[in-house]
Amino acid sequence: MAKVEIPIGPQHPALKEPENFVLSLDGERIVGAAVNLGYNHRGVEKGCEGRNYTQCLYLIERVCGICSHSHSTSFSKAVEELAGIEVPRRAHWIRSLVGELERLHSHMLWLGVAGHELGFDTLFMLSWRDRELVLDLLAKITGNRVNYGANKLGGVRSDIDDKVTEEIRVVIKKFSEAVKYYIEVVTTEPTLAARMLGVGKLSHEDAVTFGAAGPVARAANVDRDVRRDDPYAAYDEIPFDVITDDHADVFGRAIVRAKEMAVSCEIILYIIDNIPDGELITKIPRKIPEGEVFSRYEAPRGEDVHFIKSNGSDKPERVKVRAPTSANAASIALMLQDNYLADAPIIIAAIDPCFSCTDRSIALIDHSSGREGMLDWRALRQYSVDWYKNQGISFDDLSKSLSKRM
Amino acid sequence: MAIVQILLFPGLLFLALYATLLEFFDRKVYARLQNRKGPPWYQPIADFIKLLGKETIIPDDANRALFLALPVIALTAVSTAFLSVPIWGTEAVMSFPGDMIVVLVLLTLIPLCFFAAGWNSSSMFSTIGAQRILTQLFAYEVPLLMAIMGPALMTGSWSLSEIAAFYAANPLLALLNIPGFVVGILAAQGKLERVPFDTPEAETEIVAGALTEYSGRPYALFHLAVDMELVVLPAIFAAVFIPIFVPNPILGFGLFILKTLVILFILTAIRASMARVRVEQMVRFCWTILMPLALVHLLINLIAKGLIA
Repeated sequence: MAKVEIPIGPQHPALKEPENFVLSLDGERIVGAAVNLGYNHRGVEKGCEGRNYTQCLYLIERVCGICSHSHSTSFSKAVEELAGIEVPRRAHWIRSLVGELERLHSHMLWLGVAGHELGFDTLFMLSWRDRELVLDLLAKITGNRVNYGANKLGGVRSDIDDKVTEEIRVVIKKFSEAVKYYIEVVTTEPTLAARMLGVGKLSHEDAVTFGAAGPVARAANVDRDVRRDDPYAAYDEIPFDVITDDHADVFGRAIVRAKEMAVSCEIILYIIDNIPDGELITKIPRKIPEGEVFSRYEAPRGEDVHFIKSNGSDKPERVKVRAPTSANAASIALMLQDNYLADAPIIIAAIDPCFSCTDRSIALIDHSSGREGMLDWRALRQYSVDWYKNQGISFDDLSKSLSKRM
Repeated sequence: MAIVQILLFPGLLFLALYATLLEFFDRKVYARLQNRKGPPWYQPIADFIKLLGKETIIPDDANRALFLALPVIALTAVSTAFLSVPIWGTEAVMSFPGDMIVVLVLLTLIPLCFFAAGWNSSSMFSTIGAQRILTQLFAYEVPLLMAIMGPALMTGSWSLSEIAAFYAANPLLALLNIPGFVVGILAAQGKLERVPFDTPEAETEIVAGALTEYSGRPYALFHLAVDMELVVLPAIFAAVFIPIFVPNPILGFGLFILKTLVILFILTAIRASMARVRVEQMVRFCWTILMPLALVHLLINLIAKGLIA
């Protein structure tokens, strides 16, 4: 049969966010894959340059809907380091607590998505039901289910009292029972194993070469975890295991994530037993001294990196966010190679992609010549006006009447 | 009288209504197994009516006449097949020697209609869906046929009504058909394109498979045909594999409802507890596990028949 090119995305039922994968098929087998990112650029980094540090924190928290705490912790950690202030110990512990709760609900979300991609909707429904336990807990602690806003520059916003502590204990005990069940399901259900074993292989060497991060790397036996290697928040005082696995395929990634949930439950129980008393916040100056800082954080999806360059004013000169998905996106094409079309959704889902967090830039490429170029604001605006005119939509009257009013 | 039987009961109208009821039962049980609430009883009917009112979009490259005719052919095939399946007793409305073969051929027409629909739609997703339908067809069709062949050999008849009558007289012999029942149920999952064998319409891979380009009225008819298949297959299994019959037609009809619901519950439970396998895994499963099991089933029936004679 002739080779067919099948597009997955930008709009496709398997994708929750707009991205494009072009698969070349020989029958059902994938012989080539291209990953096209850049459908969801939101200009968060540019937006940060026009805001002061406190406002930036709100914007940065909205980089991702699932690992919002990861981004805000990574950012505030960087700013605190630049300002040279010491965050109270209790604040560190609460940051770790919220971070681990976030890992729980993120991994549970992934498990459900993976089940859905494999046509196992029961797993999807049940795991998302149990995920609600954690979301409700986060709402109890911080007031919100997502975008918790737990962090402030210099500390945290919300405290936990005895009543909440007791509730966390009860819920997490219940949740870890559920996790045990899901570990059993993932490792013993024959149809799940048939769909995950040996699918989307990424060898140890390739994982290192392509710079894979988080569970994707750990499933290929790359023993990396920022929480242990470069401790932040309270992780230098908390004992925990780093889960690795040597399956190096989707099955390994599922096992790593499932077991990490069990570890996170233990960490949370340790935190509420050993959390020190004290202040929640240290005052931070409005203007941050000149300097550059590089901040790492182990988000549920992998290593999240923030870079901040400060020029001594109350606004950052440059903010750079590298979400974990962009570390893993490079290896997707490799993982897709030589698998079946039927496996493409689960292989893509197995890196737990979060594409809107990843998209940082748009390349402007002329189709005929292949040259790359840049557009300034005025040219970009003119381009969009012309484009809409070509479609028969004109905003001329509207902009005239608007400019009259202003 | 015949026209009433064909159009109203137990023909087209009853089949259509019972099909929507079974779809509701399937969705409700599926939802309850997933800890969801599930749809209200009228949801499938509401879906159908709403689809009838939607715009029909036909791809430019598709053959218009074929595109519109295929759903009708599928619907006709499945509702004709139903007429030869015993419902309230052991006797079907239109029973004749060899009706079993006719029913199975008519049921094979439906996947072929889907295949033609997918191929005719000329879209990437539907073409791949169509290929998968044919691939699956070659895998489940033979085990399904052999599963029903066992009782046919035992009875010495090719008529569903006569098979049912035979087992009504000798219910204990139905115990020999347990392997055939297992094979039949699993093959039916493939025929009905349900998890774990729903690759032809794998939502997360190829959108809606062969029916991706279908909308409005033709889609509603296709959907109804699938729902009717959901009645016909359990009805065949009920007649062939479950040897409980009562002479009273009203009680017999209640029994028919009960039997189809039980079989559908098994089908739904399988759907709820598994992931979708790949098409090549499905083919391997059918030829290496279902096929030998079906052969064993045939062998048991042949030996038993020899012993009885």
